[in-house]
Formats: sequence, structure tokens, C-alpha cells
Amino acid sequence: MTQLALVIDLNVCVGCHACVTSCKEWNTSGWAGPMVDENPYDGSPTGTFFNRVQTFEVGIFPNTETVHFPKSCLHCEEPPCVPVCPTGASHKRADNGIVLVDYDKCIGCKYCAWACPYGARELDEQQKVMKKCTLCIDRISDPTLSDRDRQPACVLACPTNARLYGDVHDPDSEVSVAIRERGGYQLMPEWGTKPANHYLPRRKTQMHISPDELTRVDNPLRKEDLTTYTGEETLDDLAW
Amino acid sequence: MHPAFSVIFLTTLLGAGQGLFLAMFTGQLYAIAGFVPAQDGPFYGLGSFVALFLLVVGLGASFFHLGRPERAWRSAAMWRTSWLSREVIILPALMGLLFIYGLAHWMNWTAPWFSIGSTLEVDATLMFGLLGTIASFALFVSTAMIYASVKFIEEWHSTFTVFNFTLLGLASGFMLAAGYSAYIGSPLVPFFGTWAVVLTIAGFISRAAHLMRNARLQHKSTVQTAIGIRHNAIVQKAQGAMGGSFNTREFFHGRSELTVRMVRNVFLVLVFPVPILLIVIAYLIASTTLPIIAFLIQYVGLIAERWYFFAEAKHPQNLYYQAIS
Repeated sequence: MTQLALVIDLNVCVGCHACVTSCKEWNTSGWAGPMVDENPYDGSPTGTFFNRVQTFEVGIFPNTETVHFPKSCLHCEEPPCVPVCPTGASHKRADNGIVLVDYDKCIGCKYCAWACPYGARELDEQQKVMKKCTLCIDRISDPTLSDRDRQPACVLACPTNARLYGDVHDPDSEVSVAIRERGGYQLMPEWGTKPANHYLPRRKTQMHISPDELTRVDNPLRKEDLTTYTGEETLDDLAW
Repeated sequence: MHPAFSVIFLTTLLGAGQGLFLAMFTGQLYAIAGFVPAQDGPFYGLGSFVALFLLVVGLGASFFHLGRPERAWRSAAMWRTSWLSREVIILPALMGLLFIYGLAHWMNWTAPWFSIGSTLEVDATLMFGLLGTIASFALFVSTAMIYASVKFIEEWHSTFTVFNFTLLGLASGFMLAAGYSAYIGSPLVPFFGTWAVVLTIAGFISRAAHLMRNARLQHKSTVQTAIGIRHNAIVQKAQGAMGGSFNTREFFHGRSELTVRMVRNVFLVLVFPVPILLIVIAYLIASTTLPIIAFLIQYVGLIAERWYFFAEAKHPQNLYYQAIS
């Protein structure tokens, strides 16, 4: 069985919001109608987004680091939002595992939003139906697009390639390899929702140098040297 | 969670309606057994119609919760998995049973269909009353399980939720039955009043236990599990929205801690001691107005109780919106 998903690399995400704007642009112009935007150029703009980038500061000054955290529907393998839907509008596709809302069946009761621990669902205040990330189902299933374009809009937009897309059930896919070899993890694993989307952790490249590596212990000049040193500049200081 | 008045009125009105109907049927059963004087048909009939009226108003309130009320009929589809769907099916069924039960009493359709042994004659009222009782309890369970089945909202995910919805609904229904009897001038006021007091006390025990459980609750999710970073000091700097979003509106009550505590104290006073006291005084001075006042005060208290029920619940998604929570 196929389970399409995103793998988001927190190590390279720079928090530029390109995925947010490209997602909004693609999905607001799509077949499902616009996604609401209230006061877009005013004091407190609000609206429906499928994808948002949040920012967290980890640690205490001066040892802090900024983590940009893109957040969208995780397309859980055990989606808690699906069984609670009274109309069957909320469903998980059998062929590719994407969790979708049928906007023509949704009654806007918000029960699925309550049943999602990640807050991935947002009610469209104009259409009054529940909306969420579709993994750009209309792009990825469009055979007229080239292979390169048949990916979610956010993946194509990401300038640092922090968003990987593929089948997490195929052990040889790019996403599976990334999860396996780069420590991919799931959000809130305590609820047993088995999110299909994974995150790759921050990683620091560190060099470990011990002091003896800085001094050449077997320096032949030092072995035969009979001079008594009193802190002046030596050949070692010039050569190393 | 944001307390929506549509849902507050839905759950409290439904509870009172179901309770009133069950009070009527309890009265009928006690009369058959000879413990209380039998009332004429219209007494039970009118009582059932009042109960039906409460269910209709409650159902009407629920439509205000829907974004697309014109599609509400679709919500009966997923009864295999969704408690909300089950509620949507049971509620009209109960309304139908209540209507037939009330009508059978009103029209005195009491010709026995058959008899069990030599004493119990089963007529239309008994049959539909029994079916209505089953439907009423099924509705209590369905309504409560909508909340209790969401395991992420740990304040709700408890058997206490089901007991509270049932007991508080029954208490307000019997309270209303006492008020109704007092208004009509029926001698059943002490009977319903006694039951109302017993159920209110039972409701208090259950609700207080629920409050104590929630006070000690340790949430499973933390900001560490939410974003998967192992560090004690994590502070949110941006939420991905400037003017708020559905997530900041739907999952936060937006009131101060003081207000929430005050609402809790108000409902603890209005739902439990005040109505009990009023019923006792009404019994002592044989008042016909105090039971009605007792019901009204308890109902106002139940609105506060349901408001607090929502406000108390902390959704794990709030971890992604630290600046609000």
C-alpha cells in the first residue's frame, strides 16, 4: 500500500515561508474555490492556510537556537479525525493514504478539528467547511504534468530542499531512506496516530580535537634539543 | 476549548428533556405499582410534550453550531464509527417515541395490548414509555461519548463525563417534573422532588469526582513531544499567523483564569445546594412556586457547568500556540 507523505528537514529549514505562500497560492486558485483571507492588508490579517511555519527558540540565552517548524496535516496512518466525522466527508484515500475532506459533504461541525491533536484542520470562515492539506492531490494526480511538476506546491517552492515528498511505505524511496538514515521522527507519538509525515532533527557538525592533537609529540627537533626554554618564541611556534 | 453556546444549550436542553420524560415514565411505573396516586392521561401527555419541546429547542440550538446546517441530514451516515452520528439518529427516534407516548396518554389509548401475569397490563403508553427510556439512556450515552471518546482531550476522556451528562440531565428533568407538578397542582411534587434531590446529590458526587480527577491530571503531550525537540527551555516566537487563526479561536476560551474559576464556583452553588434547599423548603411550606424556581436556578447553573466543561478542556494543539495559551 502506498502512503504518500512529506519529510521535513528542520536542519535546513530557514523559515522563509515560501512553502506557506506557494501552498496558499496553489490551493486558493484550485478547483475547491478560494481559501478565505480576511483583512489581508489590514491590522490583523486572518485566513485559512493548509501549511504554516512556526518559530521556536530552544535553550537559554546565549545558548539558544532558532527552530523553524513547518506544520501541516501529517496524513496519519491511524487518522483520529476520520472515524469521528458524522457524514463521511473526512476520509483517508485507500490508494495513496492521503487524508482528505469532501467539501461537498462537510457540514462544518468542527468535530474532526477537535479530534486532531495537531490542530491541522482549519474551518474556512466563508465556505463554512473544514479544510486541510490535500498534499496537492490535484497536482500529484494530474497525468498532464511532468514528473518534476507532479509534486506538492510546497515541495517545489522550498529553496533549501527542506521538504521531501514520497511514499513512506516504499523502503527504497527518498523519504524512507531519509527517515531511516537521518533520524526521522513523528510528532506526538504518544497518541498512536502514526503520522505519515516525519521530521528530520537538527544536526550540528562538530569537530572533536583533543589538546595532544595540537602539539606534535614526536617532533624530532624537540627530542635532540638541549636548550632551556624560558618562554621565548621557538621554531615550533613558527612552524606549526 | 472555546465554549459554544449552541452546544451548551443543546446538551443542557436535551438532558432536561430526557430527564423530564423519564420522570413522567417513572411516575407512571410507580402509579402502576401503587406507590403513588395515578394521574390522568393528560398529566403524562402534557409532561411528555414539554419534554419534546425541550428536545426540539435543543435540536434547533445545535444547528447554530454547524457551518452548513442545510447538509445536516448527511450526519446520520457514519453511525458505525461516530458518536455524533449516533446522536443524530437517536435524537429524532426519541422525539418520535416521546410524541407517541405523549399522544397515547393524551388520547387515553390505554386499552391493554396484552398482559404479563394477571396484574401487569401492557398498553401503548407502557410499551412506548419503555422504548423511550431505552432511547433516552442511549441518547445520554451518545451525547456524552461525543466528548468522552476524544482521547486527546484528557479532561473529557473519562467515564465521569458520561455519568455527569446522565445524572445532571436526569436531575434537571426531575426538578422540572417537580416544578411542572407543582404548577399543575398534582400531588406528585414530593415524589419528583425527592428523586430530583437524590439525583442532584448523585450528580454532585460524580461532578466533584470529575473536578478532582482533572485537577490532578498530567497531560501526556508536552511542547517537547509536539515538535520533537529534547530541551527543557522551548519558547514559541512565531505562530505562523498575525491576526490569529481558526486554531487560536476554536481551542481557547479567551477568558481569564479568574473568570473560569468563578464560573466553576457559580455552578457548584447553583446546580447543587440551592435547588436542593429550595425543594426542601418547598416541601416544608408546601410552596407551588419554589420547585419551578429550583428548576430554573439549576438550569442556569447547568449552563455555567457546561461552559466550564468546555473551558476546562485543554486541547494538545494549544501546545503549538503557546503565545495564546
